[in-house]
Amino acid sequence: MSFSWAKPYEPKQPFMRWLDERLPLPRVVYGAIGGGYPVPRNLNYWWNFGVLAGIFLTVQIVTGIVLAMWYYATADGAFNSVEHIMRDVDAGWVIRYAHMNGASFFFLVTYIHIFRGLYYGSYKAPRELVWMLGLVIYLLMMATAFMGYVLPWGQMSFWGAQVITGFFSAFPVIGEPLRVWLLGGYAPDQAALTRFFSLHYLLPFVIAGVVILHIWALHIPGSGNPTGVDVKDEKDTLPFHPFYTAKDGWFAAAVVLAYALVVYFAPNYLGHPDNYIPANPLATPPHIVPEWYFWPFYAILRSFTVDVILPAKLWGVLAMFSSILLLFFLPWIDKSPVRSGSYRPLFKRFFWLLVVDVLILGYIGGAPITPFNVALGQFAAAYYFLHFLVILPLVSKYEQPLPLPKSITDSVLHGEGQESAPAGVKTGKSSKVAG
Amino acid sequence: MADVPVTDGDGVRRRDFLNVAAVSFAGVGAVAAISPLLIQMSPPADVLALSTTEVDISKVERGQGIKTVWRKQPVFVRNLTDKEIAEANAVPLSELRDPETLQQRTKAGHSNWLITLGVCTHLGCVPLGIGEGENKGPYGGYFCPCHGSMYDTAARIRQGPAPKNLFVPDYNFTSPTTVVIGAKG
Repeated sequence: MSFSWAKPYEPKQPFMRWLDERLPLPRVVYGAIGGGYPVPRNLNYWWNFGVLAGIFLTVQIVTGIVLAMWYYATADGAFNSVEHIMRDVDAGWVIRYAHMNGASFFFLVTYIHIFRGLYYGSYKAPRELVWMLGLVIYLLMMATAFMGYVLPWGQMSFWGAQVITGFFSAFPVIGEPLRVWLLGGYAPDQAALTRFFSLHYLLPFVIAGVVILHIWALHIPGSGNPTGVDVKDEKDTLPFHPFYTAKDGWFAAAVVLAYALVVYFAPNYLGHPDNYIPANPLATPPHIVPEWYFWPFYAILRSFTVDVILPAKLWGVLAMFSSILLLFFLPWIDKSPVRSGSYRPLFKRFFWLLVVDVLILGYIGGAPITPFNVALGQFAAAYYFLHFLVILPLVSKYEQPLPLPKSITDSVLHGEGQESAPAGVKTGKSSKVAG
Repeated sequence: MADVPVTDGDGVRRRDFLNVAAVSFAGVGAVAAISPLLIQMSPPADVLALSTTEVDISKVERGQGIKTVWRKQPVFVRNLTDKEIAEANAVPLSELRDPETLQQRTKAGHSNWLITLGVCTHLGCVPLGIGEGENKGPYGGYFCPCHGSMYDTAARIRQGPAPKNLFVPDYNFTSPTTVVIGAKG
């Protein structure tokens, strides 16, 4: 698909040749994640997180299909069916804990993947569509995670559904009818639960479809790299297999180990005890917060406390939605031709400020409401928009970037060739990696 | 790397060994990860907890039968008449597809109580003949409406496609009028 030196698929076994002539599926796989996809040779570990996100999507789909074999989407039976899975179904507890914490790990690796893209300018031409498709995946993930969290029908599930669907009531005139239409009732009940279950089962497959588009769009220009310099010739790349399958494989094993530690030893650490209380439409838990991966947005939502022309509630909802939607315009907001933050001294500083800002927003979104927290949240929310709408355009206009390396190979081999070569081996060969 | 000798005497490279070791280790992990997905399909604890059923048979007269439920399957409890017992005992074992005497299919001291699953051994339909006025078939026992299997008064297969007699579950009498199905005596 991308580079002229990409190895074509040449099946040796007669059966694979037979198959290739009729249904060239192995050819597609070979060109996508096999020896036929040349990848820049200088990728660092931040480039592992896309594959990890794919792994966690798979984990969620597989464990979710199994849970759906035991789950009842009824207002009377949902909570008990989850407890039944936990207590009576063989290995049910591990499958449910894997699904619960799989969602958290899916978001964690996705956030790292997104910030990797922000730092290295992965959203810039010619990869704008890769970035935008990624944002679509992210929005679908948020919808799926929210609806999944409603399904156990505990206190947090119920009040989460109440609050999130309440966003829609902020819109003037159509708001309240819209909310009632979405819920199929005046409060979350059977109709809402059943439609959330149906969509929670559907959306992961939609995500998988958009993931295919995301990878397809990526493979047209090929993967970016930490220098942001385009691939120039064969020396700059390595075949995906075995080099990046091996690297992704070992790193995935390490991350899955961390995941297993959480699933086995701290399965409820990221959850809320209130969700082990059956849904009660007559009593809201005293401290209601969404799951951690929504905290930054929850903080932005809560930052608006005063009506200015529009009601504060509407401002909060609009700000929350636009905090994500504005990312779709990022390829045109940041006009600097230099992709990688490593060569942009000013951009780099503001990038890390943004990271700190989002972490503060995350902390505030999960913290109790106090005057200080509200003020800090308002400041952090304002800075978030300031970063994208003011700082970034100015930086990309006035910044003096550092000199870029001549090529990827050049950036990798600044003298280390001599050091890494085994004794007695001429360095000229060391740039050509042999298995 | 290619210039560095990494080959043993037998032509196996260290890297080959490391590859096999790493992939095998991941393979064992994958199998371990898949096993919960498979074992979750087996009956859960609450289903297994229903594995015995206590039945009060004090109201069942000679010649009558009742249908009860054990593990969500129908069970026929039938109080045989002397005529039905005599008919069953008159059949030579050599005529039977699945040779068993009535004595082997009942408990000593309770030989008039014939307790079997109400599940045809052909394809699992519920045979007729336990309820008042139902078709008992030409052999006076049970008749399966799905494919015409016919059972005699000892619930043994006599004609039709079923391969086996109706299954006799484990049961025991805890009193002359109480029987526990699913527990060995």
